[in-house]
Amino acid sequence: MRLFGFLLLLAGWGIVVGALALLVADTPRIAFVLAGIGVEIAGLVMVIRAHPVRRGARE
Amino acid sequence: MIPTPTAGVSYAAMLLCLAFIFLVPCAAAGLALISTGLGRSRSASHSMLSAMCVLAVAALAYFVCGFAWQGFAGGPAHVASVGGKEWSWLASGHFFLRHEALNGTPASLAALLGMLSVGLAALIPLGSGADRWRLGACCASTAVLAGWTYPLFAHWVWGGGWLAQLGTNYGLGRGFVDTGGAGTIQAVGGLTALSIAWLLGARRGKYTHDGMPTAIPGHNGVLVILGCVLALLGWLGLNSAGAILYNGAEPGQTAVTAINTILSAATAALTAAVITQARFGKPDASLTANGWIGGLAASSGACAFVSPAAAAVIGLLTGALVTFSVEWFEVHMSVDDPGGSISAHAMGGLWGVLSVGLFARISATGELGGQANGDAGQWLAQLVGIATLIGFILPMTYGLNWVLDLVYPQRVATEGERQGMDLYELGAGAYPEFIVHSDEFTER
Repeated sequence: MRLFGFLLLLAGWGIVVGALALLVADTPRIAFVLAGIGVEIAGLVMVIRAHPVRRGARE
Repeated sequence: MIPTPTAGVSYAAMLLCLAFIFLVPCAAAGLALISTGLGRSRSASHSMLSAMCVLAVAALAYFVCGFAWQGFAGGPAHVASVGGKEWSWLASGHFFLRHEALNGTPASLAALLGMLSVGLAALIPLGSGADRWRLGACCASTAVLAGWTYPLFAHWVWGGGWLAQLGTNYGLGRGFVDTGGAGTIQAVGGLTALSIAWLLGARRGKYTHDGMPTAIPGHNGVLVILGCVLALLGWLGLNSAGAILYNGAEPGQTAVTAINTILSAATAALTAAVITQARFGKPDASLTANGWIGGLAASSGACAFVSPAAAAVIGLLTGALVTFSVEWFEVHMSVDDPGGSISAHAMGGLWGVLSVGLFARISATGELGGQANGDAGQWLAQLVGIATLIGFILPMTYGLNWVLDLVYPQRVATEGERQGMDLYELGAGAYPEFIVHSDEFTER
């Protein structure tokens, strides 16, 4: 889940960079940048949920 | 050829810039004191020594390869052609600062500022890894940060890289703007701090078996507040030097940069104090200090481009953001961040980057000041920068530190936590007359 979350983060960034490189018109470019950020947020949520950092309490 | 923003900078501006750069170590001293004060007394000496070693390793790594990969606008770089546009990905300078004219040229000042800034970025994770991060591991992690992660992003922003080129290539305002390093220093350091906190795990006794956090208060509030004041001095230098070096500000324009820096920190700290007073009945010193640092971190984004009123608003929002963020990370994300580094630097820095798109006054010709910026492109450029920090820098810094953890475990042994980092790793405590007594190792 953690790995998948980080892959989603990278994929979101790829969408953002791809939107800049491939799209010319403003509206679709903005839409795809926002979509990329949305994918990043989804990835971030997955990474957060994969990290129950309570090692200290359980040892 | 990539344009050089400082080509027309006067000799007086260069001298002033040099003077401002000499103030930056005060920020490092401030952060070191804050991390130490918010940590335990039995790790105080270790914390200060770690800060000194981190500064040393960062300077050396930056000297060896950091500046070669960061570069300076107009210098040699690896450029890829994407859709007919030139994207500068990485500088291709010489290692060990060879062939650099270190005689007051803008590039030499950038090297000096970078050498100190990278130390500042590397100090940030010390706060989140306090009381459990081995000295050798934090030095190794710093070498990675100062030798690769920071120079890479700094090239994109300050070295004429693709983020800086968003304006010329795609008409997005002036390109990604980051006056004093809200993204380049604070967010990069803060996201590394988050990675370290995740990898290390919480301190023993921080969370009960049912997952509730327990309070482990900092051991010296005086150090924390003194650190805040020192940090202000350093930030005044950092933001002013950045305004001159990377944004072409004239010497006189650094006055508004300094005013904005102070206002942002002041309103952020007061907001944090008021919020904690309202919520807990008394103002919380550590959260107020975190608010102050968060305000400084956020100010670094737009301090050269906004009005003082806007800087005050930026600080006000930062104070609220940092205060709630500290609780959110601790309670809901179970991230043990003793120094509040993630909230103050990562959240404050990211908000500072965004604030450029919201509040910056950049004229159509890309000059400082002028009317409010109605160009939506600047917004988009800042969003692309934030997306890069979260979508690329965070996974990269996490991955690099994860590999490092496999090779050289970063967390101290259980016995080290029980004894304290001072005794376990250094053989002597910071306060030998004191008896350290904290019983968080008992079952709750």
